[in-house]
Amino acid sequence: MKKIKWVVPTFYIIFLMLPIYWLLNMSFKSTTEIINVYSLWPQDFTLDNYRTIFTDSTWYMGYVNSITYTVFNTILSVSAALPAAYAFSRYKFLGDKHLFFWLLTNRMAPPAVFALPFFQFYSSVNLFDTHIAIALSHCLFNIPLAVWILEGFMSAVPKELDETAYVDGYSFPKFFFKIFIPTIAAGIGITMFFCFMFSWVELLLAKTLTATIAKPIAAIMTRTSSTSGYELGLLAAAGSLTIIPGAVVIYFVRNYIAKGFAMGRV
Amino acid sequence: MNKTYNQKAWFFVIPVFVLVAFNAVVPLMTVVNYSFQETFGSNVFAWEGTRWFKQILHSERFHASLGRQFIFTFIILLIQLPLGIAIALTMPKKGWGVPVCLILMSMPLLIPWNVVGAMWNIFALPDIGFLGNSLNSLGFDYNFTQQSGDAWFTTILMDVWHWTSLVVLLSYAGLNSIQPAYYQAAEIDGASRWDIFRYIELPKMKKVLTLAILLRFMDSFMIYTEPFVLTGGGPGNATNFLSLDLVKMALGQFDLGPAAAMSLIYFLIVLLICWVFYSLMMKNEGRT
Repeated sequence: MKKIKWVVPTFYIIFLMLPIYWLLNMSFKSTTEIINVYSLWPQDFTLDNYRTIFTDSTWYMGYVNSITYTVFNTILSVSAALPAAYAFSRYKFLGDKHLFFWLLTNRMAPPAVFALPFFQFYSSVNLFDTHIAIALSHCLFNIPLAVWILEGFMSAVPKELDETAYVDGYSFPKFFFKIFIPTIAAGIGITMFFCFMFSWVELLLAKTLTATIAKPIAAIMTRTSSTSGYELGLLAAAGSLTIIPGAVVIYFVRNYIAKGFAMGRV
Repeated sequence: MNKTYNQKAWFFVIPVFVLVAFNAVVPLMTVVNYSFQETFGSNVFAWEGTRWFKQILHSERFHASLGRQFIFTFIILLIQLPLGIAIALTMPKKGWGVPVCLILMSMPLLIPWNVVGAMWNIFALPDIGFLGNSLNSLGFDYNFTQQSGDAWFTTILMDVWHWTSLVVLLSYAGLNSIQPAYYQAAEIDGASRWDIFRYIELPKMKKVLTLAILLRFMDSFMIYTEPFVLTGGGPGNATNFLSLDLVKMALGQFDLGPAAAMSLIYFLIVLLICWVFYSLMMKNEGRT
């Protein structure tokens, strides 16, 4: 029984890795080889695709841009969501339930719907083509999610913790930063993971709100494919590199994921 | 938990409220504004009342893409939820296998959506893609750019690849929160594997599964980037989902009025379904 259990996750992981392997495989081939030869590994191994990306600033700046706004958005979303989630988990107040659901509704607005109005709105407040614009616009779907996840974690912390701290003479800010935040550190880790994830993978808004200065890597990839035909090798290399920041983030939060998920309050 | 009444809690909520309202109110009102007007370019508008709404609600094209959207979302939920729960149940609970599984399974979630589309396009191409080539050499007549059945198969397989891990991660979290005492009690009572799942694990996973279902419903119902890159809505209109159709109308034909009306109808459908589901699931939680 113990042995059989491994089969399902193993097959699932193999299934997950196959397309990623295929992308990596292509990134080490030249475009002519990709089109003309079908092979399970590169026959003519080349690093040219990666060299192009790391030497051409229009390419590598895309990664810098994407990481900049993603990190900014993650910090912004989590720090705004922390007090709000605390309020939702500890207090009743006028319109709390409606506010909570209203926040969630913003997660439900199809980004395709809002692309054009967002462009007009951010142009009119002179934020078009800045990292701040994308970071702010991603708050639309990341803050509701962050509040939701954090509220779950905070509700799992017994209220006695707050009360004991007050009895011991802690002021609210001191309690919040010294005791409460360390208690839910795992939850914050998970929340940051989700915020990073959804901001990193989103393209439609990021593409709409930028022209040149803050253009994300994913948008640079679409542009390149349309102007100079399909440079499949280059595209595969650029795609492979987009996996790395995510992998780094997972590596850093892996303990939080295990621990936080053990709390079971996602 | 006993919550105390405290109106000052609003101060804690203000930053979130401001940030979200900043993004939500003006763009939403812009869409509402467009939906009742006709544009002639260069900022000339004329009042049209509910004409666009009537037009959209009666249009065959809208019915068709809405239908496709519902079928797609239904299939996605039907596959991903049981599969995700099954994988979470069979995942290792401790040891080195845990981080390995978590890290590898999270990978697809962290790849930008258009890269996912491009990746699957390359992967599924009948001549140079692994999937397409393998299927064809096994004797299947597979070509997702020509046959609509294959296009659906590929889109669904891509979404299963992309998002099942989210269900896995959330279910795994729910399963881990169950105290060992429950299992011991079940063992003493001689409960079968199915009983344990039905009466202990499933109720304990209720909250995370609610989140999983809501997220999967929203995201699969609003899917845009991946099928846009993978199939572009084709062949013909076979995989022309609601959001693809909407963007074609808004940006391709620049019909702002009808596109805005369609956006609002779209938004209201998502909102209504989520609200009904959320209320049902939260009825006993004292939150709604």
